Amino acid sequence: MNRFLKFSIVACALGAMGIYATGDAVAAVDTETAFVLNSFSFLVHGVLVMFMAAGFAMLESGLVRAKNTAAICLKNIALYSVAGLMYYIIGYALMYTDVDKGWIGAFQFLYNPAPAELGMLNAEDAGKAAATAAVIADSTYASMSDWFFQMVFVATAASIVSGTLAERIKVWPFMIFVVFLTGFIYPIQGSWVWGAGWLSEMGFSDFAGSTLVHSTGGWAALAGAIVLGARKGKFGAGGRVNPMPGANLPLATLGTFVLWFGWFGFNGGSQLALGSAADAAAIAIVYVNTNLAAASGVVVAMILTQIMFKKMDLTLVLNGAIGGLVAITAGPDLQQHAHAIIVGGIGGALVVIAVPLIDKLKIDDVVGAISAHLVCGIWGTLAVGIFGSGSIVTQFIGIVAIGAFVFVTSLALWLILKVTIGIRVDEEAEMAGLDQAELGLEAYPEFGRN
Amino acid sequence: MKMITAIIKPFKLDEVREALTAVGVEGMTVTEVKGFGRQKGHAEVYRGAEYTIAFLPKVKIDIAVEDGAADKVVEAIQQSASTGKIGDGKIFVHDIASAVRIRTGETGNEAL
Repeated sequence: MNRFLKFSIVACALGAMGIYATGDAVAAVDTETAFVLNSFSFLVHGVLVMFMAAGFAMLESGLVRAKNTAAICLKNIALYSVAGLMYYIIGYALMYTDVDKGWIGAFQFLYNPAPAELGMLNAEDAGKAAATAAVIADSTYASMSDWFFQMVFVATAASIVSGTLAERIKVWPFMIFVVFLTGFIYPIQGSWVWGAGWLSEMGFSDFAGSTLVHSTGGWAALAGAIVLGARKGKFGAGGRVNPMPGANLPLATLGTFVLWFGWFGFNGGSQLALGSAADAAAIAIVYVNTNLAAASGVVVAMILTQIMFKKMDLTLVLNGAIGGLVAITAGPDLQQHAHAIIVGGIGGALVVIAVPLIDKLKIDDVVGAISAHLVCGIWGTLAVGIFGSGSIVTQFIGIVAIGAFVFVTSLALWLILKVTIGIRVDEEAEMAGLDQAELGLEAYPEFGRN
Repeated sequence: MKMITAIIKPFKLDEVREALTAVGVEGMTVTEVKGFGRQKGHAEVYRGAEYTIAFLPKVKIDIAVEDGAADKVVEAIQQSASTGKIGDGKIFVHDIASAVRIRTGETGNEAL
């Protein structure tokens, strides 16, 4: 809502600068048409982002060992579902209702369509026109179209956690964490910026969520990885890191392509409007920047892995695409496309450097989500202060504030879960694989066991 | 009767099969195996972490032949499987105590 207003104001400012309007000569889009187009953008871009859940599921399925595939698939469809339910039950209101420059929204349960819209839908023929006028006077988009678009973002944050903790976490404690992450932790920090809370008041800028979505997922994943511990056998004596190669790299590649595809909705839809020529032009710029950043991340990761490891590493190249995408997400509205190439390329490089570094710290991140989402999320948010309109100091304050809040609350939650119900499967179950231990089935029952 | 077991580089399988067919071999059993000899394993890097592949993929061929045919079969394998580089593999020859063709019940050389 407030996020929408903010960008409408930006659009108006662009107009005032003569970028798309030349005084009275241009006929404005009528308000009902704008209402339709804005809602359309939310819904269709939201559907693209929804499919990112499939991308995460495939990327993670490909990067875990075969014995944990069914469990990771179950977690991915479950977390998407829980995120949607929690965001309806409490999350959206906590994030967007009555934040008023503050730290948290309203504790209102069950977010439902605006009363004016229900009035319009239920009006008799004679009153239809007046009821419609009331709706478009009240808002510039359908209330539930924004709810839908914001809901798929919280699901993305939860997806990030799943990959890091794969292959050793119990499904149910993980789901309890997702309930709190998507119902409370994500919406509260989100309210600070997109809900027009204190951080947005300071001028902190995060267009589509390098910090709000990706770093948030990354911080929660990092806290979880620390509390949960590494997979058995991952780290040997004397600082040895034992690789555990993923079972299915074609799936991981498909997952990355699906994420890249969905990202056009993630960043493009975050323009939050399509009701004017300025919005259309801005969305097109966002699409191109998004694509350039991902492409740049891929190429840089290819070159760097070749130089550093003497051979290209497909899994790191895939992470490089994600790193580039995450990095551009805070500022995909950059008006210089060349800047997107730089931002994305640095994202790709950061991933290749961060993955072995995080291994050295004995933090076991199965799919590289901490490197791709947290590290590149921080970089992308700072990049808005360098290439975009933001102030780097304010950007830094936002990164630290949100990072501290998400990390500390997540750490507390993981610790509580650990000492109460336990979060880790036992050693024997880990060896047998979560598919057998937690689900009693195999993802590939007809293949020979390794 | 002799059982000739050859461990060869996987990419040489087709050449070896053709060479064996040329010297009259009519059947063989092929297995994908892993192991190491003097070549040892080799180091790889996955996501920045170095690891050793201790067991390298090889192909094992088992051929049962009459005593008189063993030498030329061994020679055919040795020549067709050779690249001159380390890791080409080995050939073992051992005696077969008996052989039976399951379909007909024939035994000895008749069964080969």
